[in-house]
Amino acid sequence: MLLLIQYTLIFASVLLLVALGGCFSEHSGVINLGLEGIMVIGALGGALMMRFLPSGTPAFFMIVLVLLSAVVFGVAYSALLAVASINFKADQTIVGTALNMLGVAAATVLVKAINTAANPDDVSSEIQYAGAKKAFLININGFEFNWFMLIAVIMLVVAYVVLYKTRFGLRLMACGEHPQAADSVGINVHKMRWAGVLISGVYGGLGGICYILAGVSVWKFENGVAGFGFLALAVMIFGQWKPLRIGLAALLFGFFRALSNVYFGFPFLMALNLPGSVYNMMPYIISLLVLAFTSKRSRAPKAEGIPYDKGMR
Amino acid sequence: MKKILKNNAVQSLIASLICIVLGLLIGYIVLLFINPRGASEAILAVIKNFWNYSRANLQLKNFGSTLVKTAPLLLCALSVLFAYKVGLFNIGAAGQYVIGACASLYAALGWGWGWLPCLLFAVVCGALYGAIVGLLKSYCNVNEVISGIMLNWIGLYSTNMLLAKVKESTSPYTLHLKSAAPQAMLPTLGLDELFNNKNVTIAVPLAILIAVIILIILDKTRLGYELKATGNNRNAAKYAGMAERQNIILTLMIAGALAALGGACLYLTDFEQWSVTQSSVPGMGFNGIAAAFLGGLNPIGTIFASYFIQHITVGGAFVDKTMYSSQISDLISSIIIYLCGFVLFIKYAMNTAIAKSEDKQKQKAVNSGKGGEK
Repeated sequence: MLLLIQYTLIFASVLLLVALGGCFSEHSGVINLGLEGIMVIGALGGALMMRFLPSGTPAFFMIVLVLLSAVVFGVAYSALLAVASINFKADQTIVGTALNMLGVAAATVLVKAINTAANPDDVSSEIQYAGAKKAFLININGFEFNWFMLIAVIMLVVAYVVLYKTRFGLRLMACGEHPQAADSVGINVHKMRWAGVLISGVYGGLGGICYILAGVSVWKFENGVAGFGFLALAVMIFGQWKPLRIGLAALLFGFFRALSNVYFGFPFLMALNLPGSVYNMMPYIISLLVLAFTSKRSRAPKAEGIPYDKGMR
Repeated sequence: MKKILKNNAVQSLIASLICIVLGLLIGYIVLLFINPRGASEAILAVIKNFWNYSRANLQLKNFGSTLVKTAPLLLCALSVLFAYKVGLFNIGAAGQYVIGACASLYAALGWGWGWLPCLLFAVVCGALYGAIVGLLKSYCNVNEVISGIMLNWIGLYSTNMLLAKVKESTSPYTLHLKSAAPQAMLPTLGLDELFNNKNVTIAVPLAILIAVIILIILDKTRLGYELKATGNNRNAAKYAGMAERQNIILTLMIAGALAALGGACLYLTDFEQWSVTQSSVPGMGFNGIAAAFLGGLNPIGTIFASYFIQHITVGGAFVDKTMYSSQISDLISSIIIYLCGFVLFIKYAMNTAIAKSEDKQKQKAVNSGKGGEK
C-alpha cells in the first residue's frame, strides 16, 4: 500500500510537471506536441550530469546541478519548436512530432557515442546512475520520499502564481486567446509565445529527469519515455488548462500508472489473474475514456495552434 | 524557366530535395562531432546502402530487402497522407500498423488461414481500429493526435498479449511463418527469383498499385472531393450537405486499413518475427509521417520518399559500429521531418523571389520603353 502511494505520488509529479509545461505553451498559443521529446532531452541532460559528476559530490549540489542541467537541455530543445512554429509559422503538429522522434534518436546516438568512446565493446544506449540517484531519495519508515514530489508541488504553486497573479502571466494567456487584441494593446505576441514555449521546456526537462529517477537506476535511451508526454497532454486537457485542476488530474493518472508497477503486491488484483499487459494498458485506456467524456466541453485557449500573422484580424 | 519554378509540384520537389540535403548535412555534422576520423565514410555508407556490397547478386539481394521494408512504409505513409488531406493527423498509423501485424499473424498462425483472408482480416481490423479515433474525433471532439498515441500503446500491449499464444516456446518471437503456416506466405510471382531474395513478394507491386489508387480517389472521385472539402472546412462541408462526421470516420477507417495492410505486408513475408516482449511501438508508422511529408503529400512522390527513407534506414546498418551507431539514420530522418515543417516557408520564399525578379524585369521593360521614347 505504501509502495502504491509512493509510486502514485512520483508518477503524478512527472505528469504534473509536464502537463504544466504544456499548459504554459498552449496558453501562449502554441500546441506543444513535442513534450515527449523535450522530456527525453531533459532526462538526457540530467543523466549526463549524474554520470559525469564525481561520486563524492554533496547531495545538495548534486540535486541542484542535475536539475539545472535538465532545465538547460529542455529549454534549448524547446527553442527548436519555438523557432519553427513562431518565426517560420510551421505546422505545429509536424514539428512537435518531429521533435519527439528527434529527441529519442539524438539521445540514443549521443549516449551510444559516449559509451563506445569509453569502451569500444559497449554499444548500449544506457546510462547508470544508481549512486547519484540516492541524493534524491529520503527513506521515511519504508516510504521513499523523492525530492521531486516537493519540487512538483512548488512548481505547481509557481505556475499558478505566474499565470494568474502576474502581469506577465495574464499577457501570456491573452496571446493564446486573442493575439490580435493583445498586439493592439502593445504586447509583443512573438516574444510572449517564445516565453511560453521556453517555459514548457523548463517544465518538460524537469519532468523528464523526474521520470527516469522514478523507479529505476539505469536508463536505456532507445526506449524514450513511453508516451508520457502525451499522457501529460491528456492530464492537461482533463485539467481544463487550469494548474490546480491539472494537479488533481495528475494524481488520478499517476495512480493508474503506479498500479502497473505494483499490482502484484495486492492479493485481490492477483486473484483476477490478468496478464501484466492489461495493467500496462490501463493508463492509456483511462485517459482515452476520460478524454471522451471531457473533451466535448473543453475550453482550450482559442488561438492555439494558429501561427500569429499580423495581417489577420 | 520561371514558369517551371512557379509550378507547385516542382516547388514541392525542390523543397523536399532541400530537406534531404540539409538533413544529410546535419547528420554528417553530428558524425563529425562524435568522431571526425570516419565521418565521411559513415555518411557515405548510409547513402550507399546496398552498394556497400561489391558483388552484383548481393547488391540485388539487399536492394530486394530494402524493397520488402519499403512496401509497409509506403502503406503507412499513404495512411498518414490520406488522413492529412482530410485535415487529420493520423499519428495512430503506428498502432494501426501493429494491429495489422497482430491480426494477420494471429489468423495465420492461430487459425491457419490462407494469405488472402489474412490480408483482408488485417485490413478490416485496421479499419475498425482507425474508426475508434474517428468516432472519438467526430462525436467527442477528442484530438486525433492524443487518442492516436493512446491507441498506439493499447495496440502494442494487446498485440503482445495475443501473439504470446502463437510464439515459439523457447523465445519471445512468434513462430516462423514458413514452417508453421506456409499457406499464409504472400505469393511471390517470381519476384523472389528476380531479386534472388525469398522475401520479395507481391507486397511491393501491391503497395505501389495502392498509391496510384489513392491518387485517383483523392483527385478524380466525388468521395475524394468531399473528403478534402471536409478537411478544408468542416462547417462549410456540412452546410453544403456533406455528412461531415461520417466523412471523418470514413477517412480514419481508410487510413487505418492502409496502415494495417502495411503491417500484414511485412509480417506475411516472414521477413521478421514479432517479439512479444517489445516495449516500444515499432517506428514504421512514425517513419510513414516522414515519408508522407517528404513526398510533398503526393501519393506518387510518397513512393520515392518512402524508398529514400527506407534506403537510409537500412543504410544505417553499414556504419562502422566501433565509432557510430546505426540510429544515425533515424536521426537523419527525424531531422528531415523537422525540416519538412519549413516547406511552406521555403515555397513562400521561392514565390517572393520569383515575384521580385519579375517586378524588376517589368521595371526594366518600362524604363527601356521610356528610353526609347526619348
